Amino acid sequence: MKTNSDFQTKSFLADPILAEEMKADIQNEQGQGENVLNLSKYLVVGVLFGIVFVKAEIISWFRIQEMFRLDSFHMYGVIGSAIVVGMLSIQLIKKFNVKTLSGEEVKIAPKTFQKGQIYGGFLFGLGWALTGACPGPLFAQIGSGFLAVIITLLSAITGTWTYGALRAKLPH
Amino acid sequence: MNLLEMIRQPWPWYIAGPLIGLTVPALLLLGNKSFGISSSLRHVCAACMPANISFFKYDWKKESWNLAFVAGILIGGFLATQFLADPNEIVIAQATQDDLAALGLTSFSGLMPAELFSIEHIFTLKGLIFLVLGGFLVGFGTRYAGGGTSGHAIMGISNLQLPSLIATVFFMVGGFVGTLVLLPWFMSLI
Repeated sequence: MKTNSDFQTKSFLADPILAEEMKADIQNEQGQGENVLNLSKYLVVGVLFGIVFVKAEIISWFRIQEMFRLDSFHMYGVIGSAIVVGMLSIQLIKKFNVKTLSGEEVKIAPKTFQKGQIYGGFLFGLGWALTGACPGPLFAQIGSGFLAVIITLLSAITGTWTYGALRAKLPH
Repeated sequence: MNLLEMIRQPWPWYIAGPLIGLTVPALLLLGNKSFGISSSLRHVCAACMPANISFFKYDWKKESWNLAFVAGILIGGFLATQFLADPNEIVIAQATQDDLAALGLTSFSGLMPAELFSIEHIFTLKGLIFLVLGGFLVGFGTRYAGGGTSGHAIMGISNLQLPSLIATVFFMVGGFVGTLVLLPWFMSLI
């Protein structure tokens, strides 16, 4: 059956940069489809994740200031140990060929280098310092009752939309 | 000290970091999902206002797990703040407090400085800089870079991806410039 998404995938492949970008952005490698009940498990992981964000004060603007002023090890410890645990986990999954719950082989889309990682990375860093948040903590800040951050989130969505509108004109 | 009291204390990095790291295998094994959060902003664009832009014409429903995940983060933030909040005031490094006081901040309580992130500042220059401009840079920059702290710094580096290491280095460079150059300038304007 030819679906609408097949057609769109094809039109993406006509544009090499766009095709690369899609590869890097597709995070769902599961073959089988999922219903609302399946999606609830990601909600639960998100809830636990959000609790860690608040309890370790990762959503704090002050903690981000400490990090960029090199006045505290906390955020470096959090990100560093998260990378170590993530890296060990992926190595173990690959070594023992651990399958997903539905029995599929674990697949991770590779990242492709493009200049956006430099320019975009720098711009995001500026925003990280001003807002005290990367995209994840934005959601946890709003949940914590910092309702002004709803404006930050809407503006971040606008930023992403603007990138999408301008991307053909930007260096990659 | 009972368990609930312990949980209410601020969690040290060596507890929080590994828990965040475990999100990587949790998402992979639950359903072959690569950890990453900034893409959720793109999915919102694709779902709500694709505006015939090719970057937003894709099957966002296939990635809707990511929207469930960020909804969970919001709920988790609510639960932690309502039921597990630390009764004590946040402790901020003295050197950071001194630097920020020199820039004009006077209050160091709560997770976010009320002087910059209160509702009443939304329609002021403070709101324009810290909410609107800051948020725009986060959304524009992460998508231009193809990911943010979770997708590149944690998931990408965990998977030994050089592009992610490069992106992370520039996140940090931007953060240092934002903190040491932009912030003092903006604080002198407001």
